Amino acid sequence: MNFAFFEVFDIYLLEAVVNGILLGGVLALMALGLNLIFGVIDVVWICYAELIMIGMYGLYYAFAVYGLPMWIAAPMCIALVAVLGLMLHYIVIRPLLDAAPINQLLATGGVLFFLQSFATVAFGIDFRNLGIRLPVLAIGEMHFSYARLLAFLAALAGMVTIYLFMTRTYIGTAIRAIAQDRQIMVLMGVDSRRLYLVTSALGGALAGLAACLLVLQYDVHPFVGLSFGPITFMIVVLGGLGNFIGGFVASFVFAEIISLGGLYSDLEWGYVLAFAFFILMMFARPQGLLTRRS
Amino acid sequence: MLLLKGLVKRFGGFAAVNNVSFEVERGEILGLIGPNGSGKSTIFNVLSGTYRPTAGSILFDGHEIAGLAPHQIINRGIGRTFQIPRPFRRLSVFDNVALAGYYGQGRHSRAKAQASAERALAVVGLSVDARAEVGGLGAAGLKKLELAKALATEPKLLLADESLGGLDEQEMSRAAEMLRRIRDEMGITIIWVEHIMGVLMRVVDRVIVLDHGEKIAEGSPGAVANNPKVIEVYLGTQAQAVQQELATASHAEGAPS
Amino acid sequence: MTVRKLIIAATALALIALPFVYRQPYHLHVLVLILIWSFAYTSWSIMGRFGLVSLGHGGFMGVGAYVTALLWNHLGVSPWIGIPLALLAAGLLAVVVGYPCFRFRIIGHYFALVTLALSGIVLQVITATRDHTGGSLGYTPERTKGSVLVAVQFVDKETWYLIALLVWALGLLIWYRVDASMLRHAMEAISEDEDAAAAAGVNVTAEKLKITVLSAMMTAFAGALYCQYQMFISPDTVSGISVSLQMVFAAVVGGIYVALGPTVGAVITILLAEALRIGFGTAAVGWDNLIYGVLLVCFIVLLPQGILGSLLERSSGAAK
Repeated sequence: MNFAFFEVFDIYLLEAVVNGILLGGVLALMALGLNLIFGVIDVVWICYAELIMIGMYGLYYAFAVYGLPMWIAAPMCIALVAVLGLMLHYIVIRPLLDAAPINQLLATGGVLFFLQSFATVAFGIDFRNLGIRLPVLAIGEMHFSYARLLAFLAALAGMVTIYLFMTRTYIGTAIRAIAQDRQIMVLMGVDSRRLYLVTSALGGALAGLAACLLVLQYDVHPFVGLSFGPITFMIVVLGGLGNFIGGFVASFVFAEIISLGGLYSDLEWGYVLAFAFFILMMFARPQGLLTRRS
Repeated sequence: MLLLKGLVKRFGGFAAVNNVSFEVERGEILGLIGPNGSGKSTIFNVLSGTYRPTAGSILFDGHEIAGLAPHQIINRGIGRTFQIPRPFRRLSVFDNVALAGYYGQGRHSRAKAQASAERALAVVGLSVDARAEVGGLGAAGLKKLELAKALATEPKLLLADESLGGLDEQEMSRAAEMLRRIRDEMGITIIWVEHIMGVLMRVVDRVIVLDHGEKIAEGSPGAVANNPKVIEVYLGTQAQAVQQELATASHAEGAPS
Repeated sequence: MTVRKLIIAATALALIALPFVYRQPYHLHVLVLILIWSFAYTSWSIMGRFGLVSLGHGGFMGVGAYVTALLWNHLGVSPWIGIPLALLAAGLLAVVVGYPCFRFRIIGHYFALVTLALSGIVLQVITATRDHTGGSLGYTPERTKGSVLVAVQFVDKETWYLIALLVWALGLLIWYRVDASMLRHAMEAISEDEDAAAAAGVNVTAEKLKITVLSAMMTAFAGALYCQYQMFISPDTVSGISVSLQMVFAAVVGGIYVALGPTVGAVITILLAEALRIGFGTAAVGWDNLIYGVLLVCFIVLLPQGILGSLLERSSGAAK
């Protein structure tokens, strides 16, 4: 009897761990987007989660309301949020590039307000669901939703694409160079404005991809950004703002904490645990968080 | 009053201060000289608590202070000026000094802090423009402000960091005289770091010479100025100027300083 | 100076006498809201004016509101004791989050994000403990059958108006006291050059913590008061990112460097919300935040000093 219980315990634990990895994939995607924007433009988009929320609505309307097939709806959604990212940079960020960082944060905070309210007014506060029921993969006693698996793989694909873009194309290399040293820009003869726009579009595209993957698994409503926003910020802060590797690692760490926390209790306690971990990590890392820019 | 034993400060693999030991007597003015990169400022930063020493001990009035936080060291009576003045431009000149006086003395009494501030400003010669803004001060004025801030903390030991930088001949003499007066009238022991040596040598009681993080000479200004190692380190020119200064000084006073 | 004192005295008398002369309950209600939120916004700007911009004050407000309500409902503890306990909890939270931030020099961006996460997490805690707190559906303190005074559940608007007025005045008093204190000078020095401040003898971590704890406790008090007045709280009205941002928005719009700035911000935001509610009814849900969002962006881009701050600067010619 004891052994059997132990076995079951193990299985659920393993399931939670794997689910954590799957969740980590999408979190890493979001962290990448934030880090990209910060690393290059030195601005944090507080409204990043809200951009994703709009993307989720975009896919919902395209797929569930207007009946477009997924292979059209998803790229449309990604493009939509990429454009939103462009607009955000052009209208809000660009005039504030030289302003105090806190003003930049507050401005994107204003956009957060705006997007949440816009969604409330335009779409209503009801929870919307794509209505897709993807099958569940059963391995032994463990169950994994195909939606999650798909999300993980797509997130990985997205990150690999970005990696290739950053290492194989001229623009990507320019972006990496600027992320390391802003002054180089001028010397390289690269147009910083164009680069910022490309980066903003990329950041938006990543958000768009995350939106597609999230809406497969979760309902969308105007305030859904509040569910994963704080987590994403904790991830990038702990991993080091602008530090891509750090953000990647931190994503999985946090995902595991949330998943395991959710195993033993409600999902929200997983978040609380993650925050407690976050605070503890701040205490435990006296050398300061891994940053390239302070 | 102050005893450094085997002080070491490493940054990564580079030893900015390598096994330096010396003693500071109460009431003396000690000069700490050496070419750029010799470790003078690093020693000051360690003494003031900005850096933690890698190894070694620092005894102040018999108590170990290595590793304490800056505000704790200031509260114990070690004040410090900075090579490049860093005034608080949002506060008035007086408030700058009063702030240092208040926090430097351990946050006991605002009235006392203001009294110390007024006295400090008087000593350095800034009383006239006390309520003025920092922006109106020139290079000499900013240096005086730095000094006033340090004095307002009522220190027993003052670390004067390159007080002469950016000043002309006349101002330099006056600054040196001010340090001497601070020791004579206020009874404050002074360690003076400088790399413009001539004026310093006339005022200090003793000199310690550093090079590449190590102590290479110690003694009276006359002895140190004639030390072949010191001369070699300074490539001759400064040493000549120093010897000339000492010669003029001993002719004028009839005794070596 | 005496003319100024006369004006202040006259205004104070007028404000105090108001509810006895003018008894329109709805208008008094709006005034009470304005006063309570002014106090909350003032609490935020006590920190914000020194560059310690927190995007998480909703967390403190939520703690203030929920701790008071929970202690009353579950343990029968009168708010006279419950509120101090709530303030203590908020202060503790401020220390737990603030200490590592300040000790390890987490400032600017990082600090704002940490506080943002804080308010998000407080909201999650409230939702997670839904069995006790009602979660997103909200929570109601139980109506007392006994003494209204012990339960701090006054029914008439006039009493609440006077209480809110007193609290608001208290907030201004605290603001002025901080303004005249050495703590203020220390914080100004710290916000300009933290290293130099440390070199001048300032215990940077301690001073930052002091102002943060003060701000957190005041904000929690606003939350507790709001709870007792409205007799209904929910996670998104008293905690979370929206509330946090709202606080920042109102303070920034009104001017964070001036004592009455946050009050001006409160007047603007609350009147705007009420006007929209009256004008559009339920269709107005979300429109007020929409406009806030646009206004906030505009203000940040065009008027970094806030309304009151800019006006004062232009009229007196001195930046203060």
